[in-house]
Amino acid sequence: MKRTIERHLNILEFTLASLLRRRGKNLSLLAMYLLVIFMLASLQFFVSALKREAAVILADAPDMVVQRLMAGRQDLVPDTYAAGIAGIRGVTAVRPRLWGYYYDGLNGANYTIMADDQQAAGPAGAAIGAGVARARNLAVGDLLPLISYNKNPVMLEVGAIFPSASDLVAADMVVISPAQFKALFNFPEGQATDLAVTVRNPKELATVAAKIAALFPDSRPILKSEIQRTYQSIFDWRGGMTLMVLAAALLSFIIFAWDKATGLSAEERKEIGILKSIGWETSDVLLLKFWEGTVISLTAFLLGVVLAYGHVFFLSAPLFAQALKGWSVIYPRFQLVPVVDAYQLAVLFFLTVVPYTTATVIPCWRAATTDPDAAMRY
Amino acid sequence: MILHPAALALLMIALLVSGMGIYAGYYGLRILGRWDPTSGSEGQLELERRTYLISTIMSYILGFELMSLFLFIYTADDLHTLFTGAMCAVGSLAINSFGYPALLLKAVNFILAGVWLIINYADNKGYDYPLIRVKYELLNLVVPLLVLESVLLVAYFAGVKPDIITSCCGSLFSHETSGFSSDLASLPHRPMQIAFFAGMVLTAGAGLLFYLKGRAGYLFSSAAAVTFLVAIASIVSFIGLYFYELPTHHCPFCLLQKEYGYIGYFLYATLFGGGVAGIGVGALMPFRGISSLLHIIPPLQRRLVLGTLVCYLLFTLIVIWQMIFSALKLG
Repeated sequence: MKRTIERHLNILEFTLASLLRRRGKNLSLLAMYLLVIFMLASLQFFVSALKREAAVILADAPDMVVQRLMAGRQDLVPDTYAAGIAGIRGVTAVRPRLWGYYYDGLNGANYTIMADDQQAAGPAGAAIGAGVARARNLAVGDLLPLISYNKNPVMLEVGAIFPSASDLVAADMVVISPAQFKALFNFPEGQATDLAVTVRNPKELATVAAKIAALFPDSRPILKSEIQRTYQSIFDWRGGMTLMVLAAALLSFIIFAWDKATGLSAEERKEIGILKSIGWETSDVLLLKFWEGTVISLTAFLLGVVLAYGHVFFLSAPLFAQALKGWSVIYPRFQLVPVVDAYQLAVLFFLTVVPYTTATVIPCWRAATTDPDAAMRY
Repeated sequence: MILHPAALALLMIALLVSGMGIYAGYYGLRILGRWDPTSGSEGQLELERRTYLISTIMSYILGFELMSLFLFIYTADDLHTLFTGAMCAVGSLAINSFGYPALLLKAVNFILAGVWLIINYADNKGYDYPLIRVKYELLNLVVPLLVLESVLLVAYFAGVKPDIITSCCGSLFSHETSGFSSDLASLPHRPMQIAFFAGMVLTAGAGLLFYLKGRAGYLFSSAAAVTFLVAIASIVSFIGLYFYELPTHHCPFCLLQKEYGYIGYFLYATLFGGGVAGIGVGALMPFRGISSLLHIIPPLQRRLVLGTLVCYLLFTLIVIWQMIFSALKLG
């Protein structure tokens, strides 16, 4: 056992020395390798962090949202629906929600307007998101004038600004009282945008939803779990698409690695020839090549992952953000919370190190089996 | 079809592994056809060199298979959120009929690759490559299985359709889904406990007999193989329950989760390690008489037996520990 370990250690030492001897060639390989791992790792970290943000936000969403469809489009829900749903056994609460979008002609931004008595800070007050405050240059106590659908001005007094910690959800939010909401949008009485339904036992959600669909055939119940699922698969899909784009880069790196491994320099050929003529066996040379690959792969992998970590979590991924985040006039500012787990690292490892290793198996074997005299004759 | 990064990684590995397997198999066939150790021709020399390549490739395949086995389970577990009613990997593997066969084949291929490497090791120690035919016949069995595994994996991921919201309504109600079962059929725990401990004791007894006296090799090997299967069934039947402390949760995959201290990795590693070594002992039995291997196979077998005994002992100790200290008591 001790002898085996010593053999490996000695070969590893020799490998390191020989890698350092051919510094230029190996550094260029390392740089390419590093770049590929850096790109893939950044992508992976970024998508996971976004997925986590979405999961955190959706954790507070209502168990079920019931919309009404009219000719395939979402329509307002009459209050009678709320009463009917509240009568279904197992439903603890039905809350009609009033919300909508307001286009602000001044700056071209869309606000999300929500009606909520508690948060609105008084009948003429409004609680606004930090993004809205920035866009309109507002502080607590200022007036936010909006134009209603009847072309009448609606003056709102800013009672509170949401802390920027909640930016991802609340950046473009304006919360006002229901009366103001109805005045602003000329909203009909006895209707709601949708219904938030709470069910006591989560296992009954599906049954309750089926009952709602049977009771009101034009309703569209959506479960929180479905929203979560949709978000997860959208982010997976975006990550996968970007990965497919990067696959070209990966492929060219593999070809590069193959080429590097195949084109042995005269010096290397000579080195292997000498090693074999002084008694190294083919399996020893293969072991040497194995350690060479391991050293390069691990160095590139560790450095690439660390750089990607900095890129995503300290610099907010400037290289990918445009492609993956989406855009809007009021865009939330947010710092991603670092989430790195063994699973992501394993996926990364498989995407990069495994193809590299595969590409170099045959060239390494070819180098290891050259005859000593043929190798030294070069 | 889903474009999940881990799924893409798994598909890529499957393609690489089967590609390497086909390459190795092709040269395996050539070696089988033209191998002639008495000849000193250039062709024979070339074939002898190829054997190095093939064993290198097989050891990489073994490594990739092992790592991707766990990655596959983990990915299946990660995907469960996409399906109605799936609680963990058990549910997402049941999404279509290719999930479980792919997993099973991954495990089988891992064991076969392990046994192949054991035979290869013994063969390389003998100066005249005495096991070359056996080795490459076995390779011809492994390669189609590797390819089949890739096909199943592609079919599995191609058939995965997440239950996401459609425009007419929440997907759940647009079509009738009964939801996927989150439970595996499990055997009753009392007979399984008896079978498990009996298997372990039998393996240990036969192993000691073989280790000390060099007898009962086949008995040991079959006992190790049967115990391997019984242990897997036991994990579903009762071992998992003690870890989850829940008499209804028969899941072989949740053990791999953080909540249980990743104990599953250790359990499966010892089980698979012991199983491969144990089956390897039996695979080497017919060749003990070959003259160039007379002094190579017996010590190798003794080491393998020791490996199996240590692995199974660790596995059993953890199980007993958990059975005693778990808050759950099965009546």
